[in-house]
Amino acid sequence: MDLGFYALQLLTGLAYASTLFLLSVGLSLIFGAMGIVNFAHGSFYMLGAYFLYAFTRGQADGFWGGLLLVLATGFVIGAFVERIFIRRVYARPEEYQILLTYALLLIIEDLVRFFFGTGYRAFPMPQAFAGPLFLLGTPFPSYYLFLIGLAAVSALLLGIFLYRTRLGAWIRAATQDREMLEALGVNVPLLYTVVFGVGIALAALGGAALLPMQAATPGMAVDAVINAFIVVVIGGLASVWGALLGAVLIGLVQALGVLFLPEWAMVFPFALMALTLLLRPWGLLGRPPAVRT
Amino acid sequence: MSLRIEGLRAGYGEIPVLHDVNLEVREGEVVALLGRNGAGKTTLIKAVMGMVRVFSGSVAYRGRELIHLPLFRRAQLGLGYVPDDRRIFPELTVRENLLVAQRPGRWNLEQIYRLLPRLKEIEHRKGGLLSGGEQQMLTIARTLMTNPQLLLLDEPTEGLAPLVVEEIARLVLELKGEGLPILLAEQNLKFTGQVADRAYVLETGEVRLEGEMEDLLHREEVAALLAL
Ligand SMILES: Nc1ncnc2c1ncn2[C@@H]1O[C@H](COP(=O)(O)OP(=O)(O)OP(=O)(O)O)[C@@H](O)[C@H]1O
Ligand SMILES: [Mg+2]
Repeated sequence: MDLGFYALQLLTGLAYASTLFLLSVGLSLIFGAMGIVNFAHGSFYMLGAYFLYAFTRGQADGFWGGLLLVLATGFVIGAFVERIFIRRVYARPEEYQILLTYALLLIIEDLVRFFFGTGYRAFPMPQAFAGPLFLLGTPFPSYYLFLIGLAAVSALLLGIFLYRTRLGAWIRAATQDREMLEALGVNVPLLYTVVFGVGIALAALGGAALLPMQAATPGMAVDAVINAFIVVVIGGLASVWGALLGAVLIGLVQALGVLFLPEWAMVFPFALMALTLLLRPWGLLGRPPAVRT
Repeated sequence: MSLRIEGLRAGYGEIPVLHDVNLEVREGEVVALLGRNGAGKTTLIKAVMGMVRVFSGSVAYRGRELIHLPLFRRAQLGLGYVPDDRRIFPELTVRENLLVAQRPGRWNLEQIYRLLPRLKEIEHRKGGLLSGGEQQMLTIARTLMTNPQLLLLDEPTEGLAPLVVEEIARLVLELKGEGLPILLAEQNLKFTGQVADRAYVLETGEVRLEGEMEDLLHREEVAALLAL
């Protein structure tokens, strides 16, 4: 095995991490700002993939437009779901939000089966990424670079949004004390709609972006939400940078695991999560729960 | 009339804490809410904001019934709530704590920094790292950034050193001088005597006494009700 081979594994891990980041960051944002544990998060990731397929009728030339459309539809659907469903459970015990978002997961899965069937829906590689690139003499799919770039740009834009805009400052404040923010005259219910929309749009984008590499199936939602929880638990709930760190760690651990101990590769992410929970239960970049005086 | 509360019963869960409270704050007036620990001062202020359960009664602000309005609407209408536990956003800087609250009006960042230069000095410090006195200044300043037309101040002097209490008194008098009506929950009789025009004394959720602050200061029942 030469150096190029290792570099390829690294790149594969980072590409995987990129979709994981898009998937998980919304889960983290939604939990942080709204206190909602969204079990249906992976279902919107799946919807993103199916929507890209539907918008483009499975044709690669519609890829770029389709991706933008998925992002926009994701926001609208997220906002809609918050208004119609999620809103009703804020004031109730936590079991309600778990039941509600789990019900959404089941319903979305059945809707997908109904409209798209139970089989695979594959998408051809867009023209721009048709040929491989070479890294230290080893060929690798150029689409990896697109995935990594997409996640990097998304993380950057999200960082600017959260740390440089007023809306972003409200979202961070909501993460710390929602009631106080509302007492200052901020329309927190509307803010929640926006946060949920943004989180869902990012997940849908992640699902759509993975489609040319991995076909969509109705079962992918459950896998996705489990992965998203692992990432967020490792990185720290309610932390965007935590989601980024968690995604990169899982991506690399997966890629290296496949390389060295393939039969154990599935176990590594869980082991990493268990280790984090033992040593730093609030996650690597999360904060221990504050005791308000 | 800025605020008129009538027949208010409010509390937590199924348990009312306030019983048939009547209270008024006129325009330009500082009204104190006195009473010992657990008398119901905080509950009353929160009931005005809609942050506790109201069983019956009326809370009208400038003649408008508030009872069914959400919290943010009350704030947008001009109610400025300053919590007793400060509730600074700990991960936001001092400047960000102020800016998230900004609504159009007389008060902006520049005006706040002119009034409280100390906040300008520490504007890039995280809210969670401030001293008690700094936090108290910031929590009042943050609410001023919403440009309130009625200030609800819950025990602003609690746990503060005498010098800081003096500073808060100056601040409250300055706001009073600008004609801002204030409802002030307090246990510190000296401070209250400096700033309030009238007062209500609460005991176990009921108004026991009300009157001009100057008169109340010399009444023995007041000292008894406050257990001084
Ligand atoms: N969250 C709550 N749930 C249930 N009961 C509460 C809650 N908060 C306060 N109470 C009760 O309501 C009553 C009034 O409390 P409140 O905080 O309004 O008093 P206060 O006059 O503000 O006292 P302090 O001077 O200590 O701030 C007390 O008996 C208290 O135990
Ligand atoms: Mg109190």
